[in-house]
Amino acid sequence: MKKINKQLKKEAIITVVLYLIYFVWWYSFAYGLGDVDPKDYKYILGLPEWFFYSCVLGFLMITTLLWVSIKLFFKEVDLKIYEKNAGREEWKK
Amino acid sequence: MEKIKLILPLLVYLGITLYIAYYNSPRRKKSKNFTNEYFIGNRSMGGFVLAMTVIATYTGASSFLGGPGVAYKLGLGWVLLASIQIPTAFLTLGILGKKLAIISRKIDGITINDFLRARYQNKWVVIMSSTAILLFFMAYMVVQVIGGARLFEVLTGLDYTVGLVIFGFAIIFYTVFGGFKTVAITDAIQGVIMLITSIILFWVLKEAGGGMRNIMKTIYEIDPNLLTPSSGGAITKPFIMSFWVLVGVGLLGLPQTTIRCMGFKDSRSLHRAMVIGTFVVGFLMIMMHLIGVMGIAIIPNEQLGDKVIPILAIRNLSPVLLGVFIGGPLAAIMSTVDSLLIQTSSTIVKDIYINYIAVDIDEKKLSRISLWTTLIMGVMVFALAFHPPEFIVWLNLFALGGLEAVFMWPILLGLYWKKANSTGALLSMGISLLVYVTMTLLKIKFFGMHQIVPTIVVGGIVFVIGSYLKKPSSEEHLAIFFE
Repeated sequence: MKKINKQLKKEAIITVVLYLIYFVWWYSFAYGLGDVDPKDYKYILGLPEWFFYSCVLGFLMITTLLWVSIKLFFKEVDLKIYEKNAGREEWKK
Repeated sequence: MEKIKLILPLLVYLGITLYIAYYNSPRRKKSKNFTNEYFIGNRSMGGFVLAMTVIATYTGASSFLGGPGVAYKLGLGWVLLASIQIPTAFLTLGILGKKLAIISRKIDGITINDFLRARYQNKWVVIMSSTAILLFFMAYMVVQVIGGARLFEVLTGLDYTVGLVIFGFAIIFYTVFGGFKTVAITDAIQGVIMLITSIILFWVLKEAGGGMRNIMKTIYEIDPNLLTPSSGGAITKPFIMSFWVLVGVGLLGLPQTTIRCMGFKDSRSLHRAMVIGTFVVGFLMIMMHLIGVMGIAIIPNEQLGDKVIPILAIRNLSPVLLGVFIGGPLAAIMSTVDSLLIQTSSTIVKDIYINYIAVDIDEKKLSRISLWTTLIMGVMVFALAFHPPEFIVWLNLFALGGLEAVFMWPILLGLYWKKANSTGALLSMGISLLVYVTMTLLKIKFFGMHQIVPTIVVGGIVFVIGSYLKKPSSEEHLAIFFE
């Protein structure tokens, strides 16, 4: 049982790390490339470069990264064993 | 004739939702454990449905009308702000999902209050959270419904009241009879409709504007600032950063999303939901808000931001496509209202009525009471939407932040911090709410940040201090949550 809690903690930490990665990506590209005079903007697929990298690519990046991390680090847990099947009797306490 | 073409897809769609409600009705199935079936759908959600219901519940009128409307005024900077929501779905599911799923099974809990009650063993925590749910949800629902009826009016040319009645009847009917499972399944369908409509409109507008590069060029000529991340200074950094709390981390405490962590089938569903959810929400947010921005080039000089999306739709889509399109924002609104409605009902029936009023009640009577409660609450929401009283508008101002202020720390720390106890939870809930409401009312802002940021900081500190004031719960009791 203890082992499961450790796994849950690990998964929560990975989730937070992914969240931070997305934040850094989102911030760096938006303000790194976007905080210049708009007349110097370059365009990708018709969108300003900063926007393309920060929002469009950032979104595809995090989805892929998430998928890979789940495949690698997340474990399947049998939830059925926790069911009490006690019905309403339990709530009356 | 035109009107019929327009309303036909809508009627077909309403017909389908009603059939699903009938099909899944716990009463029809003569379920043994009615409340479990009605309020949490027997924990049977798969990955796709889980992902879609989480997204559909929190993308309401604002993501489909308000948000793109602001993007129309401020440009790409607002799309940058909207994309803060992209990782929220996986953050919530990844942190709360499995843990809540396990605990809710252990305690046989089907509401967020079941969890809070079991964890903190304190009556006042439950009373306070129930009150917060009832008040804020009510305000939230009424405002969503008003948005839906107005949209219906603008798009079809039919009367506001007609929209309200059709709309009200459908939501109330399928929620009352279908319960949680129907809500989740229709949410999933509504999520798909939202996706389709955003793609259609995006595509049509891109063609109308002569390609994306051309659209951006026109916008540059109107005002180059509309292409910058700060929108020429209109979106300051402290302001945009606050949204990482308001629509990011803060959503960890939103009861309408956390409840979904109690209802999925197995851990594979959760894993799949995390990926699907992130993908869909990202797609939807970027598309819808970008549509708002593209509107700048296509219909310049529109004064009312909220009307931009409907106007773009009316001018650029054929009647049948328009009919399908109306389904998008309406679906966004319906899927939010139905979820809140079923949860309001579960709060009254399960958390208040069974706990404190009628402890011994048989299954049959309970099922009748549940249906009636949902029905009465639903009718009330629509009655209030005819002439929304001032307190509703007032409460709505606090709804999102208020729910976060009350719920985030008690849920998060309750799940992951052994020392968390009722003293901490109560103090944190009360003081957070007080800080949030006072600061919002007096319009106090620290360094241009949204009020939710200091609220969450204060709430966290108070929670920790409060928890150290009293001894933690017994190891025995904690074993349910940490082993």
